[in-house]
Order: sequence, then structure tokens, then C-alpha cells
Amino acid sequence: MQLDTASDENLMVVTVREDRMDAAIALDFKDAMRDLTSDGPDRVILNLEQVRFLDSSGLGALIGAMKQLGNRRKLELAGLNPAVEKVFKLTRMDSIFTIHANIAVALSGSTLEIAPSAGRAHAC
Amino acid sequence: MRAELTSGQVDMTQTTDNGNTVELRLTFLSAKANVRAALASVMSGIGAMKLCDDDKSTVELVLAEVLNNVAEHAYREEGGGIIELHLRQAGQGLICRVLDNGAAMPSSTLPAGYPPNPNRPRELQPEGGFGWFLIRKLTSDLAYFRRQDRNILSFQIAVGQAVLSN
Repeated sequence: MQLDTASDENLMVVTVREDRMDAAIALDFKDAMRDLTSDGPDRVILNLEQVRFLDSSGLGALIGAMKQLGNRRKLELAGLNPAVEKVFKLTRMDSIFTIHANIAVALSGSTLEIAPSAGRAHAC
Repeated sequence: MRAELTSGQVDMTQTTDNGNTVELRLTFLSAKANVRAALASVMSGIGAMKLCDDDKSTVELVLAEVLNNVAEHAYREEGGGIIELHLRQAGQGLICRVLDNGAAMPSSTLPAGYPPNPNRPRELQPEGGFGWFLIRKLTSDLAYFRRQDRNILSFQIAVGQAVLSN
């Protein structure tokens, strides 16, 4: 499971470098997020631009990652592909996260730079 | 019975009749990596149906939920149990059957799949229990039988665009 991070004093961006967030990696993801976000800025943005498929286990892991940040800190999501967004909408879990259309929108006003998602997931 | 399966192998037969109806039969051993491989085989196998992206993602999601449930609950994550998946295109639907030799559903009944509640406080949001909600939401004619030592789950996924676009 590959997660890339970039952060400054205000926010941390975690970019998921996986095509699928499913039952096969849900537990690894939650553990890795616990390690990456054990301390750091209050605002954590999860960049999901590369993720093409999310199932209920992946959704559960995202909720777990949000909960383990506690109440003071915040997990935001960016760059949901249509198949991923569908799972959020069907379960109405889109309303418990702040969701940004893409990582550029999420980072507006920030000077933090992140590596591009290898040319993927951007509109043509 | 087919030749013995090795772990990590997905056995798939694909037939297309003269009406271009796609039919797939897959057999594989329960393991999360094999569920991934089986889904990839299905998605490539139903390519001839020319489904729109939204239908494709529905099919992939429903099958992922059903197959992971079998691996996690019927076979209790032990691996090595045989899962059979049968898909057949019929009109505006994909008729699906999943068979396994694992434990029966508790009380021989499918889980209710209650709708998630986004208004619950964040710290009380469950991290699971979405699977059967999604399956019930995205399928019709859902039926479960226990026959001898086998679980048989059947359901239909609506894929309306397929017929229209042909």
C-alpha cells in the first residue's frame, strides 16, 4: 500500500497511490494512516485522484481514518472518481466528510506543493 | 468438478451465444487477492456487453461486496474454500449466482442492510455494515438458499444501457 505525504505547519496531504481501496488493503490503509497522522497539522487532506474503485471495506477504512484523527482534527477528501463518489452518495457518507472536487481546489490558498498523480485522474 | 484449483488461480469460461449474450462462469479459492483477480476477469469478460462506466462500476461494486462477504463470513477468512460465480446477461439485467461451501447465513437469512445514518455523531459512525445495504440497493430479485452444504445466492443487476446501445 503506497501513501505519499506532503505537509507544512497548516495541513498535510496524503496521496493514495493505489487504484483500488478494497477489502484487500482496508486494514493496511487504516494502520498506515494512524502512523502518518499520529501527530501533525489539524487539517489532513486525502488525495484520492488515483483511486478508481472503492468498496464498503475501503469506505469503512476512510471512516476509521477520520475517527482516529479525533474531534479537533479534520480529514478532508479530494478528487473522487465517479465510481468512488457513487459509494459515498449511496451510503450518504458524503455528508460526513468535506469533499473537494480535486486536490488543487483543496489546496487553494495554500503554498504547499505536491507531486502530480503521474498524469492520471485529471480532466483531459 | 474441474481440475484442482491452485491458490491464486481464477478459472473462467466465457461463452457468447449467437444473440451475443455473454455468460461467464468463474471458480476460485476464497482469498482477498483472488476476489480482486476474479473481479478483474469479470470486468474483462463482460467487456463485450459494452456497458456504460456507471453500470460497470455498479457490477464491480456489487460483486466485490458479495464475494468479499463469502470470503470473510462464509469461509471466515480461512482461505481455500471454493467460490463459484455465474453471470448471464438477460435483457436489461445481469443475472448472478454465487455458490460456496462455507458456513450458512446466521438464521438462514440475509442481513437486513440497514441504511447508514449520516446524522450520527462522527465518533459513533460505524466503520462497516455498508455491504448488504449496497447489495440490496443495487440489485433486485435477491434470494438465498442453503442446499445441502452449499450457500446459493442469486440476484440481478440492472444494466439497462447495454441493450439500448446495441
